Amino acid sequence: MATKKIDTLEFEEPVAVLLKEIEAMALMPQTPERIASIAQLESRVTELRGEIFKTLTPWQRVMVTRHPDRPCMLDYVQHLFTDFIELHGDRRFGDDHAIVTGMGQFRGQPVFIIGHQKGRDTQQKIYRNFGYARPEGYRKALRVMKMAEKFKRPVIVFVDTPAAYPGAESEERGVAEAIALNLREMALLDTPIVVTVTGEGGSGGALGIAIGDRVMMLEFSMYSVIPPEGCASILWRDAKKKVEATEALKITAPDLLAMHVIDEIVKEPVGGAHQDHVEASALLAEAIGRHLDELLAMDSSTRLDERYRKFRQMGDVGIVDLNPPASEPTPASV
Amino acid sequence: MAWFKRTRRPITAPADKASRVPEGLWVKCPSCGQILYNKDLVANLQVCTKCAHHFRMNAAERLSVLFDGEYQIHDAGLRSNDPLSFTDTKPYRKRLDASIKATGLNDAVISATGHLDGIPTTIAAMEYAFIGGSMGVVVGESITRAIERAIGARQPVIIVCCSGGARMMEGTLSLMQMAKISAALGRLDRAGLPYISVLTDPTTGGVTASYAMLGDLNIAEPKALIGFAGPRVIEQTIRQKLPEGFQRSEFLLNKGMIDVVVDRREMKGTIARALRVMLGLPTAAPA
Ligand SMILES: [Zn+2]
Repeated sequence: MATKKIDTLEFEEPVAVLLKEIEAMALMPQTPERIASIAQLESRVTELRGEIFKTLTPWQRVMVTRHPDRPCMLDYVQHLFTDFIELHGDRRFGDDHAIVTGMGQFRGQPVFIIGHQKGRDTQQKIYRNFGYARPEGYRKALRVMKMAEKFKRPVIVFVDTPAAYPGAESEERGVAEAIALNLREMALLDTPIVVTVTGEGGSGGALGIAIGDRVMMLEFSMYSVIPPEGCASILWRDAKKKVEATEALKITAPDLLAMHVIDEIVKEPVGGAHQDHVEASALLAEAIGRHLDELLAMDSSTRLDERYRKFRQMGDVGIVDLNPPASEPTPASV
Repeated sequence: MAWFKRTRRPITAPADKASRVPEGLWVKCPSCGQILYNKDLVANLQVCTKCAHHFRMNAAERLSVLFDGEYQIHDAGLRSNDPLSFTDTKPYRKRLDASIKATGLNDAVISATGHLDGIPTTIAAMEYAFIGGSMGVVVGESITRAIERAIGARQPVIIVCCSGGARMMEGTLSLMQMAKISAALGRLDRAGLPYISVLTDPTTGGVTASYAMLGDLNIAEPKALIGFAGPRVIEQTIRQKLPEGFQRSEFLLNKGMIDVVVDRREMKGTIARALRVMLGLPTAAPA
């Protein structure tokens, strides 16, 4: 524990103070008394973090979502799957590095795996295009999903992208068509799909691989129609209003659970998933395993009907009908 | 859904309340500068008689151009209840009220059924004057109902797209309408029924990345802006100016994303011919 670097977010100031104290004590000779004090302080850190993270503002949650040490898709792959083989390329144009696809075993269950990979260090970030996928990424994902359907294997999806890549080449190669086709085909794909938004659920770029029988969000992930900064600069004409925009957009997991956009919130370790990748993976594995068991027990037409109904009801909470059919005179009574 | 359909008086093309053509007798074409007599412009389906520039058309005009005569409007009573209680520099409710007043519609789409060259057809037309034609929960629900109704009645579906994309003020619920409509289009597709997407200026964002690009036929009007990311966002990303004509209909045609670019005055005839091939109907008797 003493080697753990002090890396706190700005709203964790009281924690940072304790961590500095622990660090200083760790450098001194380790008497039994001192070891005991360190242990006490460490449990205080956990307690304090737990308290702070209970009442994060939406913008503070975004800071957790974007934490540089937050687990990436390939971290989850490492902890959740065995016998992983990455599958490259869309067989049309190229291999997009911002979307990773592959196959492997999840607790002895053969599965196909799809997700955005942002990359952690600078070199990786550039290689992964910061998680901004191009059209060939979405087409690769669809190719692999069709293979999963052919072999009747479930698909496990990890969503973590700021957006689809908004560059000229994306437009030239039809990123809109690539996303659209995935939306339609994932709705009909005859095999279980379990989706988890693990980090940034960035609008169409996220949704393009996020249709499933279950859609979950990690506790401190986000899912938005537009990045808060983009919304602020359009509607407030001031990108600095990102905090206000974040609150207005209702992009947190609890907000989206309440609006029936997601099915479940997956707990993160105290202080966020970046604090403990192994525990974060274990918590996620439990949820995925549970949903997979339920979905594999269903017959496919029931599963597909439920998937359709799940997306069909989205938005009902926001609609009133001023002319409900029931209040209309029937043709016979006119 | 009730077993009977809501029936409303058919709407004839209104004298252009919400389109961008200013009121008055004369209109200047922004493309060629020609001064046009407004009545001529309306008679020419809002297409410049000199240079064929396509002026924006409102949703009701679209329907009256495509349908043979009378048509039934559906789900016109659906209205957003502002599910996020969204406020930016002004409350979303105020923006909604203003758009409702300005357009006479409750949201940015009109869904209708009628006949197109004698073929029973479901058409949804988007209204740009309503918050930029943006897609929120009401647009999503109206279009989804239209598609489901068409599957039930074994009718083709036409959606006339004209939208800046998903409606930010309804947040992630707007984003999900892309999924909802695309899922319904999946069922239409597997039912073997035609879907024609008509892309008009502008069609961008989440609308493009869902139903606008899913047509059996994607038909664009000339020179329409069609894209996923907006031109300014792309220019910021690549730090370059985009070439002239980037993301216009002809560019997309060249890149393989559009089946055909059709002049508005030929649109109905083209759609009718396509539907006859798709549905295996006899061609219209020679005149
Ligand atoms: Zn002109």
